[in-house]
Amino acid sequence: MNSLWALTLATLVKDIRLEWRSKDALNSMLFFSLLVVVIFVFSFDPLAEESRHIVGGLVWVAFLFAAVVALNQTWARELRNQVLDAYRVSPAPANALFMAKALGNFLFVSVLEALMTPLFVIFYNLHVLGPAWQLIPLALLGTWALVVNGTFFAAMSLRTRNREIMLPLLLFPVSIPAVLGMVAGTTAVLTGENSAHFYIVLLLTYDVVFTTACLGLFGTILQAE
Amino acid sequence: MKRLFPILSILTAIFLAYALYQALVVAPTDALQGDVYRIIYYHVPSAWTAFLLFFINFIASVEYLVNAKPSSRTAAKWIVIAIGVVGVIATFLPQVQALLPTGMRPSAVATTVLAIPAFYFLVGWLFPGEKLDVLAVTSAEVGVVFCTIVLVTGPIWARPVWGIWWAPGDIRLTSTLVLWLIYVSYLALRRFSSSAQTQMMAAALAVFGALDVPLVYFSIWFFRTQHPQPVIGGGGSMDPRMLHTLLISWMAFLCFAFLVAWSRFRLELLQREVEQAHAMESLAGAGASAKASLPLNRSA
Repeated sequence: MNSLWALTLATLVKDIRLEWRSKDALNSMLFFSLLVVVIFVFSFDPLAEESRHIVGGLVWVAFLFAAVVALNQTWARELRNQVLDAYRVSPAPANALFMAKALGNFLFVSVLEALMTPLFVIFYNLHVLGPAWQLIPLALLGTWALVVNGTFFAAMSLRTRNREIMLPLLLFPVSIPAVLGMVAGTTAVLTGENSAHFYIVLLLTYDVVFTTACLGLFGTILQAE
Repeated sequence: MKRLFPILSILTAIFLAYALYQALVVAPTDALQGDVYRIIYYHVPSAWTAFLLFFINFIASVEYLVNAKPSSRTAAKWIVIAIGVVGVIATFLPQVQALLPTGMRPSAVATTVLAIPAFYFLVGWLFPGEKLDVLAVTSAEVGVVFCTIVLVTGPIWARPVWGIWWAPGDIRLTSTLVLWLIYVSYLALRRFSSSAQTQMMAAALAVFGALDVPLVYFSIWFFRTQHPQPVIGGGGSMDPRMLHTLLISWMAFLCFAFLVAWSRFRLELLQREVEQAHAMESLAGAGASAKASLPLNRSA
């Protein structure tokens, strides 16, 4: 157990250091979601009251697209110099690698969300009418829901032709209940019309179920060769 | 087996024609909806067939995954038996019965739960080894076709009856659509994956899909459904003559699905045999050329 966490931490620190030096994923992700936000601003020009009803959807669509940009780069880095093959033959547990990658992606997407949320607030003149603190568990659970399955499916789509397009094809259908929870929950908090409690529970259930499934099946996917 | 195929095809064609006759002529016209309701004789049997095929795909995928290791294989066997036993006992406890949606009969739930071990052992017995994966592809492909029929015929019926093509947020519509999307992505993965491990990955995706469907159901819990109640095991009621036609229609559709799945299954098996033969041939060829070139290399 101890070695599992040590390995997870080592891989995570390595990924963060690589990202810090190159800033590949973060820069492309940031600029990409900035573009999405700007396009949304041009496409929809709502009143403050209307925007409360639609921004929940817009925010999460932007984050979903940006997350796919980041997730596609997760494993590509390990393919160079056969790092992934080296990992495969090493006695390190596969789940340590998976957890490190998932946590790394979680960190990157969270940073992105923290930077992009103010933009949405500015562009759409948002005032939160419901309990605003509930947005934090919604964001954390929602991001983890996207990232944990995304990391798994990115590993899966590594071995397919045109892998860049394969990831959203695999990820989006399975993510539909999570996206529904995030969007409906965020809208509930923004409008203050009903409670977001149900959606937090839904996202929590989704996270627990799919984290377990990913950890259970990742070994099979990694060793698949 | 080969000779059985044309006979079965003719029988299925006759059966389908009979079901169509029953649906269009014999079944009484609905008092409220008029003749438009007759589409259910295609819609509902397609839905049942599609769900059955997806269920078979899930069972085959799980079995394919656990068969990779002997230890997980034994464990899975006991888990499946436990699901059957505990599930059936639980449906007869009053505490659990209180949780069931109104109108859902405990006996229907128990039968559904029993289907899990029954199918698991039947599928494992009939389709050993690689055939499990062939079964998974076949059932997913045919299932997607039937699910497409469901999604097309549904709106055609809904437009005159509800006044809208699609009810967004409806629990049945959304979960069927998501199921369809998941299985289309499953087929896309199989098509685009080039490695020898496609089978494992596809099986893993099928498990993810199966985990997803209850969550979709749960996520739209808040919305009420506009969809008519299920006829069997649910709270819906129906004229016995209509139910009779519906069941005949389903039987005909099942025969048709079986026929299509069977020919697809054979085709996939043959394709794999051909691929294997090609691989063996090129291996043998490479071995022979390596042997032939060995003395040359040495002399050089």
